[in-house]
Amino acid sequence: MTTVSVRGIRKRFGDVEVLRGIDLDVEPGTVCCLLGPSGSGKSTLLRCMNHLETADAGQVRVGGDLMGYREHGDHLLELKPAEVARKRRAVGMVFQRFHLFGHMTALQNVTEGPVKVLRRPRAEAEADARALLERVGLADKAGHYPAQLSGGQQQRVAIARALAMKPQVMLFDEPTSALDPELVGEVLDVMKGLARDGMTMVVVTHEMGFAREVADTVVFLDQGVVVESGPPEQVLGAPRHERTRAFLSKIL
Amino acid sequence: MTATEIAAPAPVEQTIRKRPRWGRWLAAAAVLAVLGGVVALLLSSPNLEPGTIGQYLFRDFVVRGVLVTLWLTAVAMVLGLAGGAVLAVMRLSPNPVLRGVSWLFVWVFRGTPLLVQIIFFGFLGALFPTITLGIPFTDVVLFSQPTSAVISGTTAAVLALSLNEMAYAAEVVRGGILGVDPGQDEAARAIGMTPGMAMRRVVLPQAMRTIIPPMGNETITMLKSTALVSVIAGRDLMTAVQTVYQQNYKVIPLLVVAAIWYLALVSLLSVGQFFLERRFGRGHGNPAKSILKGLGGLRR
Repeated sequence: MTTVSVRGIRKRFGDVEVLRGIDLDVEPGTVCCLLGPSGSGKSTLLRCMNHLETADAGQVRVGGDLMGYREHGDHLLELKPAEVARKRRAVGMVFQRFHLFGHMTALQNVTEGPVKVLRRPRAEAEADARALLERVGLADKAGHYPAQLSGGQQQRVAIARALAMKPQVMLFDEPTSALDPELVGEVLDVMKGLARDGMTMVVVTHEMGFAREVADTVVFLDQGVVVESGPPEQVLGAPRHERTRAFLSKIL
Repeated sequence: MTATEIAAPAPVEQTIRKRPRWGRWLAAAAVLAVLGGVVALLLSSPNLEPGTIGQYLFRDFVVRGVLVTLWLTAVAMVLGLAGGAVLAVMRLSPNPVLRGVSWLFVWVFRGTPLLVQIIFFGFLGALFPTITLGIPFTDVVLFSQPTSAVISGTTAAVLALSLNEMAYAAEVVRGGILGVDPGQDEAARAIGMTPGMAMRRVVLPQAMRTIIPPMGNETITMLKSTALVSVIAGRDLMTAVQTVYQQNYKVIPLLVVAAIWYLALVSLLSVGQFFLERRFGRGHGNPAKSILKGLGGLRR
């Protein structure tokens, strides 16, 4: 079954329609990179996928499950906040500016979800969290507070925090855009590892090298619509659309 | 030159000596002279009666008054902070009814003088002579008592002080919540927390860092505001000394007794605030440590 299925998503902020009818499918175990100029709606689309942003029209399904609503006859009924939160567990998210919980250590950041949201025993969650920190190369930083970590380390803890919920899909919202250039590599390496291990990922990024190397599908968005999509060799190597060519020539 | 290692430059002979701060010594001398003058002036009055002060400082009615003052402060602050947190969350809620109720409450209790509120609750019996609890639209009466029997001076004092504090605490807590990066709330909801859980587990604990210093101020203000309940015989420290000086006319010595106690209690509260700030400053450097450094600087 398709892991993420987006149908007819529209979103308007005031006078600007940022998303004008988006269809998108992400198959299990694949990596989908969203590219496009700033203001093209890529981040908004990503935030609609876990219902942090409420779309004006259209629907998102994760693992076949409708996000934010339930079907009632021929219309969709808004769910209560607790039910929306429950569905969100299936979707992990990594933010541009990390947003680690500042009052908790790296380990506590990773165990918070499993212990408080999934109500798993603390000892078990801690063992898993240490394994996850090990996986992102930060086993020795478990007791550090976010303010004591570099940007790259914070972002890797944020990835571990999202993975701890055992999500069906991971969303990355420009995960390396707020990092110093020399720290970008360590975060991309962790993400490449995830992709190799078969994690389903949707990544908003400006890292063309990453998209070329890791993505199964590249989606180019402009002015709220999908301009073209396909394998990276095609979209990045031989773009069919003039707007894609113009964008690529500017950033390469 | 093909130096493979960078050699440290040779040490310089001259040591650095600080410029003498003569101005500070002069200023300190001037301050001491003025302070000495003020103390001498106070002691020159025959009505200060230092002996009387010492005689009354630890008398049982004074100590009982101190305990009532402390109890009033603690109860009003606990109720005030709890109610204030609820009002703040209501004010930030997407629900317009909750927002409106919270706004109205703060408007009334912050918009009228505390003294007026204290007298109002003290004389509630003049407005409603009896308090009756029953089931509406039936004759069933569960409880009916004269107001003066239910609402004593102390109860009225607690009511007025805590309702007033709720209004102020609401604004302090709201400011603290707004000071937390909205990304924190988003990250909490992204791992499946409900809005309430995100508030309790992620936003409020981080808001505490900015809430505690102004709430420390509120507590200190509250301790001194309890003196106002002497107008409705609240049995606090101020009421205690007032009762005595109205009989023996030793107004000034007894006011000094009260002042010494208030000053001592406020000093204790400041110490408590220091430790609270350190506790909630986790993960943000250490503000408490920097205060210590500041004190060290003064000592030098």
